[in-house]
Amino acid sequence: MGLKMQGHHHLVAVSLNEQQLGAKRKYTSYVPRTNQGKYLVLWIIVFGFAAIHVYRCIDEGHQQRIQEGLVSMCDQRARMLQDQFSVCVNHVHALAVLVSTFHYYKNPSVIDQDTFAEYTARTAFERPLLSGVAYAQRVMNSEREDFESQHGGTIRTMANKEPSPHRDEYAPVIFSQETVSYLNLLDMMSGEEDRENILRARSTGKAVLTSPFKLLGSHHLGVVLTIPVYKSKLPPNASVRDRIEATAGYLGGAFDVESLVENLLGQLAGNQEIIVKVYDVTNTSDPLIMYGRQTQEGDQTRIHVSRLDFGDPFRKHQMTCRYLHKAPISWTAITTAFLGYVIVFLAGYMFYTGAIHIVQVEDDFHTMQQLKVRAEAADVAKSQFLATVSHEIRTPMNGILGMLALLLDTDLSSTQRDYAQTAQACGRALITLINEVLDRAKIEAGKLELEAVPFDLRSILDDVLSLFSEKSRNKGIELAVLVSDKVPQIVMGDSGRFRQVITNLVGNSVKFTEQGHIFVQVHLAEHSKAVQDAILETCMNGRSNGPQSKTLSGREAADDRNHWDKFKHLIADEEFPFQVLTSDGNFQDVNLMVSVEDTGIGIPLHAQELVFMPFMQADSSTSRHYGGTGIGLSISKCLVELMGGQISFISRPEIGSTFSFMAKFKRCEKNTVTDPKKSLYDDLPTSFKGMKATVVDTKPVRAAVTRYHLKRLGVLVEIVNSIKTAVSVSGSGQPDMILVEKDVWLSGDDLIPVSRPVSKSPKMILLATNITGGEFDKAKAAGFSDTLIMKPLRASMVAACLQQVLGTRKVEQGKVMANGSVYLRGLLCGRKILVVDDNRVNRRVAAGALKKFGAEVECADSGKAALDLLQIPHGFDACFMDIQMPEMDGFEATRRIRKVESMINEQQTSGSMDVCCNIRTTEWHLPILAMTADVIQATFEECQKSGMDGYVSKPFQEENLYQEVAKFFESKPATGS
Amino acid sequence: MEVNHTKSQINFTRNSLFEQGYLDEQFTQLEDLQDDANPNFVEEVVTLFFSDSTRLIRNVDTALENYPLDFCKLDDYMHQFMGSSSSIGAKKVKQECTQFQECCKARNAEGCIRAFQRVKQEHATLKRKLETYFQVSL
Repeated sequence: MGLKMQGHHHLVAVSLNEQQLGAKRKYTSYVPRTNQGKYLVLWIIVFGFAAIHVYRCIDEGHQQRIQEGLVSMCDQRARMLQDQFSVCVNHVHALAVLVSTFHYYKNPSVIDQDTFAEYTARTAFERPLLSGVAYAQRVMNSEREDFESQHGGTIRTMANKEPSPHRDEYAPVIFSQETVSYLNLLDMMSGEEDRENILRARSTGKAVLTSPFKLLGSHHLGVVLTIPVYKSKLPPNASVRDRIEATAGYLGGAFDVESLVENLLGQLAGNQEIIVKVYDVTNTSDPLIMYGRQTQEGDQTRIHVSRLDFGDPFRKHQMTCRYLHKAPISWTAITTAFLGYVIVFLAGYMFYTGAIHIVQVEDDFHTMQQLKVRAEAADVAKSQFLATVSHEIRTPMNGILGMLALLLDTDLSSTQRDYAQTAQACGRALITLINEVLDRAKIEAGKLELEAVPFDLRSILDDVLSLFSEKSRNKGIELAVLVSDKVPQIVMGDSGRFRQVITNLVGNSVKFTEQGHIFVQVHLAEHSKAVQDAILETCMNGRSNGPQSKTLSGREAADDRNHWDKFKHLIADEEFPFQVLTSDGNFQDVNLMVSVEDTGIGIPLHAQELVFMPFMQADSSTSRHYGGTGIGLSISKCLVELMGGQISFISRPEIGSTFSFMAKFKRCEKNTVTDPKKSLYDDLPTSFKGMKATVVDTKPVRAAVTRYHLKRLGVLVEIVNSIKTAVSVSGSGQPDMILVEKDVWLSGDDLIPVSRPVSKSPKMILLATNITGGEFDKAKAAGFSDTLIMKPLRASMVAACLQQVLGTRKVEQGKVMANGSVYLRGLLCGRKILVVDDNRVNRRVAAGALKKFGAEVECADSGKAALDLLQIPHGFDACFMDIQMPEMDGFEATRRIRKVESMINEQQTSGSMDVCCNIRTTEWHLPILAMTADVIQATFEECQKSGMDGYVSKPFQEENLYQEVAKFFESKPATGS
Repeated sequence: MEVNHTKSQINFTRNSLFEQGYLDEQFTQLEDLQDDANPNFVEEVVTLFFSDSTRLIRNVDTALENYPLDFCKLDDYMHQFMGSSSSIGAKKVKQECTQFQECCKARNAEGCIRAFQRVKQEHATLKRKLETYFQVSL
């Protein structure tokens, strides 16, 4: 068992889990569950690159602008230098023309040293780049002596200014500007650079430049410009030889490039920013610097080279420019990129922490969900366990109880009997407890379902009361029930569960009440509420007197709104302008307000909140004193809630408790209550209808209860305060009976013996909760009838007692009724009836039932036997025939009987009257009724086909039996009586 | 006091028979039929029922041993059994009989045998209980 159950529970848990998981799968997470750190790093790196890219984009524009500035500055300088240079060259050219014109074409020469010096000095501003110009004459070696003598000096070399050694030709300076007068008579051919220059100039006929070298007389770098001067005009296409032949001398000038460029740059804006260098790049592999320091300085990254054309095609020059300082860093770019990056970084971090938080919350959520599922599964498992275990325990417990019952029936000594009885009592208590636990578990497991069957509320309440009548009588408690007239006779609902709740509440009350009363009331909820509201208004005006004497037993009850003042209104149905039900509209629902009022020990205030909790009792001493588990009320609460109502209570310690609950039932429609369901009603005898009774009671509530029960029997009730008043009424107003409460009779001077009743005087009946033998004797002596009515009152019991008291009246009254057992008795009394059934038990029961109604019964155990008995002539008035019998079934037997009957009838009509002329003049037709347990099988047609007159269900139901029997007996007078 | 006690015990035994569903209202009707003219009517009928049903059970037992099962015969027996049961208001026995008959209709031999086991069981229980009840009440 344990194993099986475990497996089962496990399955339950698993299925629950799966359900939950299924539900969870619908939820998808958009947040990465792991590696958030990696995602963050990736984010940072990606946006780092992005920031660098942004920076580059911005910086590139910046750099481009810087480069453009450099290019424009460099080009500007190069152009200026080139322009100035070409201006100088042109001017030197002009000088060469001047020399050739005035020195060679004029004879004699009009130019001498002084003229040349003065002219050149005065035109020096035209040649700002030249430190000075000089003219050297071409002198062949043969002409040297003439030349020296003519100029009064010797030709000296440039290197050491010594007289020149012997050479083929010389180029001594004859005219010179004052700035370079030291060149006078120096042989230009003696200098390596100059000589080369001279040779190249005279062969090309153009201005040529030397490579840069340290100038004579200064430490600056310079270049020498040499222009040939020809003796005669040369044709443009003259050959090199012609040019050399025609060469008369050479005009030269030294460019002091360094200082020149310095001056030039000084004139320009932005001079400080850039470093300018000028190179002679004739030999590309070894560029010769003309200006600027050789050292690497300034911004190495940015350089611009501009080509310079100084007019000498043989030589190439270029200018390089670079910034003095490195280009300033672009702060805008850096700030933009950096700030952007910071923002993105922070956003990334936010996402990161957010994701971590979400994941954590999700994890928590999942954990919680799992815990919830587990808790729920555990709860279900617990309930199932309880249900199963309780069920399993019940079976052996029933065995134990049964065996104990059997044991008690054996011959036991008194001690043994005591032990066995104790064991049985304990076992019963245990079974009750187990049933309660089972109920509770069923409710919790949601397995309890209420059924909806029509039932009679009043009879159920009577039943419950009868359960406790013994106990309440022993304790001397008044136990009473009252159902409002407005409550329908039959309602639809779960009668068992309703009974359970009432039983529980009344049981509790009985348990905790030592004296006073327990009063169960049922009213329509709407009615009760309406009255409540009305009463509250009147209550505001102040109470007339104390609650005493206004409850059932006179003791104060917890809910003092429940006393007579209200009660009066609740039962005074005619007078009360009751509109609620009609305005309700929903006629299908019957909301009942049930209250159980007791005058017990009440519930301590501190425990009142716990009352409906399972296994909670007011305190531990309660369970010691009174026993019980405390589960009952919680079950009741669940049940009431299942019935669509709620339960509540008012309790005052030492005064009592009033539990009341509302429950919803369905109104049972009249047409659904057809004959078979009549049994739902109490089989209350209706023979008392129209009788009059006087109730002597000083307590109005108690009197109302008595009236309620009598009213159910159809008795008209009058309530008076004393026996005297009741007895004094005579004549037509005289009641059939007078019911006297014991305490009224005992108290006061009403104790006078009631005059011995004459024949027509009313019966005196005593109502008592408990009575001693002495009191009983006294009562009998006082003229009360032998039968007294013991409380708690129940309609059926009251009826039984009244029947006993009133004796034979029953039968006389019975004739008045249209149906019921009395009338049936009238129909069947004295009739001779044949019962045919192969089943002995059925036969006996049917015979017994029919005998009860006064019929004379004979039995047959088979169809054949019946046929024998029914040989005409016979004295039977009717035959009840079982259908399913061995050998010859009911249909067949009936067919044969009918056959015989028709044969006889034919004989009668044909005139052969001699056989049985004196007995009967009518046709033979024995009423045959089929008896069947199976109503469906035995359809009426089938019965008729075989000649039966009807069928009754087996076992007999009075209504059914009456209906069928009445069909053919009513018209005929009974033969026997 | 003693009488009172016994009376309450009888009542209790009787009520428990109803509450546990062994008996239904038909039994009450039988009790109603019992009067001065017929003081032991209920017991008589019940005794009749048990002797009858014991015979029937024996018949069914024999019928169940024959193979193949004669379902018609079984149904017949069971019908009788059910008739008597419902006559005395033996609710549980009747229910089991219905089960048996359904199995019969379905020609379910195994079901029949099992149902019959339950019938016998319920029958035995009821017998025991009613015997107790009558012993106490007499």
